Amino acid sequence: MHEVIIAGIGQTEVGEHWDISLRELAFYALEAARNDAGGLRPQALYVGNMLSAALSHQSHLATLLADFAGLQGIEAITVEAAGASGGAALRQGYLAVASGAVDVALVLGVEKMSEQTVFNVEAAAATGLDVDYEAEHGLTLTAQAALLMQRYLHEFSPTAGAFAGFPVTAHANGAGNKYAMFQKAIKPETYLRAGFVSEPLNMFDVAPNADGAAALVLTRPDLLPADFGHVPVRIIGSAVATDTLALHDRPDPLVFHAARLSIERACAQAGIKPEDVNLFELYDAFSVYAALTLEAAGLAGRGEGWKWAENGALSLQGKLPISTMGGLKARGNPGGATGVYQALEATQQLRGQAGPNQIPEASLALVQCLGGPASTAVSHVLTNRPAA
Amino acid sequence: MDIPRHWRLKKQRYALVGEVCGHCEAKVFPPRDICPECGEEAKTLYQFSGKGEVYSYTTVYEAPAGFEESAPYTIAMVKLAEGPLVTAQLTDLETREVKVGMPVEMVTRKLRNATDERGMLVYGYKFRPVVG
Repeated sequence: MHEVIIAGIGQTEVGEHWDISLRELAFYALEAARNDAGGLRPQALYVGNMLSAALSHQSHLATLLADFAGLQGIEAITVEAAGASGGAALRQGYLAVASGAVDVALVLGVEKMSEQTVFNVEAAAATGLDVDYEAEHGLTLTAQAALLMQRYLHEFSPTAGAFAGFPVTAHANGAGNKYAMFQKAIKPETYLRAGFVSEPLNMFDVAPNADGAAALVLTRPDLLPADFGHVPVRIIGSAVATDTLALHDRPDPLVFHAARLSIERACAQAGIKPEDVNLFELYDAFSVYAALTLEAAGLAGRGEGWKWAENGALSLQGKLPISTMGGLKARGNPGGATGVYQALEATQQLRGQAGPNQIPEASLALVQCLGGPASTAVSHVLTNRPAA
Repeated sequence: MDIPRHWRLKKQRYALVGEVCGHCEAKVFPPRDICPECGEEAKTLYQFSGKGEVYSYTTVYEAPAGFEESAPYTIAMVKLAEGPLVTAQLTDLETREVKVGMPVEMVTRKLRNATDERGMLVYGYKFRPVVG
């Protein structure tokens, strides 16, 4: 296997882009990443997207986007794994370059949520659940997260407002990211006063769906341009794991087993432990997901993940910074683009390009995105340390 | 709208028919042919009693497309007496407060309204509080 470097990064602002089409959004991110990489010619494009067929009535997406970017002729494939689509596309790009089959790969995540009403987006996103046995009974991703949180509260009885620290951390970090959907810090009292979306989930427990596109250029170290101007960030761990698709099919729904497996595999490949990392870009689509992810990573015992959200332990200055550029909650959740945004933001940290959100001397990052309640989990380990 | 898909599920939707594993006797719902307990083939049909208790629950206020007329509705994971968890709506609650552990039983109700000109209605299982 070859070393794989993230040679270029590019992103659009996350938000509601009424005036920008799916293909234009993708193009902006691809162009930015290619410019950042300095003239590398891509041979393949891996597109992470979740809902373009349902929301924009457009499938065959990777070919359209390669075409629109003037890259006709290259290999191009769309990768779909619900909310984990972006991470899954990165995995495909990583495998292509690591194997030596592809010299330079583009990885793009793109999602256009604002084409449809929230009701249509919820219905489309619910097709990522077990349609026959979950969605057809009126279950949505949000309601499913509420079921998880209700059971969590029942079994573990955390303190009132136990989950506040997750959105408070995310919003504090979003304030330092000019690409974030929400760039304003919130107070814990604001969380406690917020209206319910589906009890016990309140509006600050739910990341907002949004439009966005993010792109990465991957290549081998020997192919970097002579004038490459960035700290080379290497992918040293990469893993995907799956669980039952339906939440009700698990022996214990409060265990994110695939999240655990993918972290274990990625960390084993990298030769590190989760507690070694300087930052963890985790998948905070719902605050209860963040708590269950910290437990799955082995960083907290069962029923104790929420304790990390107390006392600023997850802030930029804390013991384990998460969601360092706002996470899904404040940067926004552009569906299949999210996993690519996460890897891009970890790269900013490891390059020293995170601006006011820079974690001093960050050298090791764990990145994870989830499809549904960790029905698919994709984990990557990134570092700026030179190869041994 | 998806008529064959709904027709194929009639045993599960109307009568909670799952499977029992011939090797370890585990009861399986929804049917999946490979026993989740022992990994052997499980293809013998088994009708569940429809009795169970609430494992978790929540309320959906802003329903997804197709469920607008039901909103707000309460959806739950129900732990069936025979073991498996199922996802289903709770119904006939009236003023009753739902709690984890509340005993419930299966009933057949309309799941959703037609969303196209064919006008097909989808029926299936929901759960109500055990009466008496």
